[in-house]
Amino acid sequence: MKPLHLRNFTATSCIGKGIAATLKSLLEQRSGLAGCRFETVDIPTYVGEVPGVDEERLPENLHRFDCRNNRLAELALRQDGFFEAVQQAASRLGRRRVGVFMGTSTAGILQTELAYRERDPISGALPASFEYGSTHNSFSVADYLRRRCGLEGPAVAVSCACASSAKAFGSARRMLEAGLIDAALVGGVDSLCLTTLYGFHSLQLSSPAPCRPFDVARDGISIGEGAALALLERAPDDLDGDSVLLLGVGESSDAYHMSAPHPEGLGARRAMRAALASAVLDPGDIDYINLHGTGTPSNDRSESHAVTSVFGPTTPCSSTKGATGHTLGAAGALEAVISALAVKNGFMPGGVHTSTVDPTLTALYIRDNRRASIMRVMSNSFGFGGTNCSLILGRAG
Amino acid sequence: MKLSAYVGGLGVLGPGLANWPDAAAVLSGQAVYRPAPTVLPMPAMLAAAERRRVGRVVKLALGVALEATSQAGENPVELASVFSSSGGDGQNCHELCLALSLAGREISPTRFANSVHNAAAGYWSIGTGATVESSVLCAFDASFCAGLLEAMTQIAVDRLPVLLVAYDSEYPQPLHAKRPIPDAFGVALVLTPLRRASSLARLDAELSDLGVDRFEDPAFEALRASFPAARALPLLRLLASRNGGSAILEYLDVSRLQVEIEPCV
Repeated sequence: MKPLHLRNFTATSCIGKGIAATLKSLLEQRSGLAGCRFETVDIPTYVGEVPGVDEERLPENLHRFDCRNNRLAELALRQDGFFEAVQQAASRLGRRRVGVFMGTSTAGILQTELAYRERDPISGALPASFEYGSTHNSFSVADYLRRRCGLEGPAVAVSCACASSAKAFGSARRMLEAGLIDAALVGGVDSLCLTTLYGFHSLQLSSPAPCRPFDVARDGISIGEGAALALLERAPDDLDGDSVLLLGVGESSDAYHMSAPHPEGLGARRAMRAALASAVLDPGDIDYINLHGTGTPSNDRSESHAVTSVFGPTTPCSSTKGATGHTLGAAGALEAVISALAVKNGFMPGGVHTSTVDPTLTALYIRDNRRASIMRVMSNSFGFGGTNCSLILGRAG
Repeated sequence: MKLSAYVGGLGVLGPGLANWPDAAAVLSGQAVYRPAPTVLPMPAMLAAAERRRVGRVVKLALGVALEATSQAGENPVELASVFSSSGGDGQNCHELCLALSLAGREISPTRFANSVHNAAAGYWSIGTGATVESSVLCAFDASFCAGLLEAMTQIAVDRLPVLLVAYDSEYPQPLHAKRPIPDAFGVALVLTPLRRASSLARLDAELSDLGVDRFEDPAFEALRASFPAARALPLLRLLASRNGGSAILEYLDVSRLQVEIEPCV
């Protein structure tokens, strides 16, 4: 593929609002996970909750989009001059030439969960104030952002579980390369809700402790919430060396099981190899891998197999989910931004909360931050339904 | 900026429409359209245990996908896919929200795993063994054109044959009152970058400001307007007529998609 320039990017998660706070937490190896006190949830688990989402307000004319997920999107949009950068792109390129590609798994379903508690005792009807299309529906966050930014290009939500916002980069890449648009607002937004908290609990996939990816005693995920956004454009020739490029995207399907990964990580291997092929790179060109690394016994085993089979046992890798929690549909974009920070600032983020790396996992998992000049990072995202996506980000010079 | 592709096969399921030949006959005026509840086939490609687990929306998507690929003579294993739905599995979503509103909040792990928007894409991949990439999209009422744009950009850029599946099914009450999709409707198209012996027509698509094509027949217009996937009907009507022409399809509030259709004779 032709490299794409991340002209601007931002991330908001439990480790920080915006790039500076996120980078500081990563450099200090600080985790944002805490015992779950979200809403009325009574599960013994840890979550990565973003403080202050409830206090966020949407502009009056977009009031019907009001829900936790869009408040989180709004909060993220206003960090790092991102909103202004999108508006500048729209005026420079034309509103119709900027597309929106947003990954989400549950969008604003919390709104429906709350509405179901308030059903009319006689008719069973949901409250009149409940809006489905602009809150619950998967498209609502893409629709909110396009209206908020005044964009009129193609817009879509990509919703394939935990690979959603990584794959949003794939859809944006295709549309940019086809010439239908000149810039893309790409990213992912997912917020805490009862469906995912109780759902992963029902599958016995959530840990009662902060998640410990690749640890010998790992016992499940910690759910987080987050929003990460990037403004993608075709890369000009005169970029300075610190600029970050999207160099490759690889996608595949497992064809194996709805909620379990292929044991040998066959689908993950295909996605990683496809990403390398699309970037025209060899495994040795990747300096660090930001793993999907959810912290469930089977996910990490499968991914370790896959990484070792493609890269061998010497490429440093880690999961940042011990810090951020698993932000589900936002994870791909959040970890793409973390990968961008890694190449820009010359460090590999060590995996937080992991104390003893599982000796049966052969990938080179790093627990401590490493300072290094890194040119290229691979970021993995895999989801329910056996959907896989690997991104490669790198420095322009 | 035009995007081009060849249609190799179609699948349709909807109220009173059992398959593409049925739909083509009524759309081209050779048969009378008689609306009736959509009948969904059992997905024979799935193992018995999986068949029991899947909801209507998965049966719908797999049904039209299988019809389109068989008609095109394509091996599903080799097709990239785009699954675009305005809402996923309504019944499953209702059951989860209901359980979460009750004391105990005990939800079924299977229901949770099936609640992902990419459930149909996942079961298609499991049922066919296709390991090629699959895009799973939602654009609310614009979901058909969002899917068509994704499939056609994939063809333009990656030169892969693509299976496009657009499908919607109903929510039960009380969500139904908020999102009144009346039944199930799905359409699938096999699209290829190059003309093949099995190609039915060439499509050239571009964004447009022109007015949306509607139907004079109130039954068809109701169908088009009540299912996001049925926004494809003006395109299907031209494919059924085999005459070619141009269809303006409803997309976002600010844009339409104009598709030129040239039959392959």
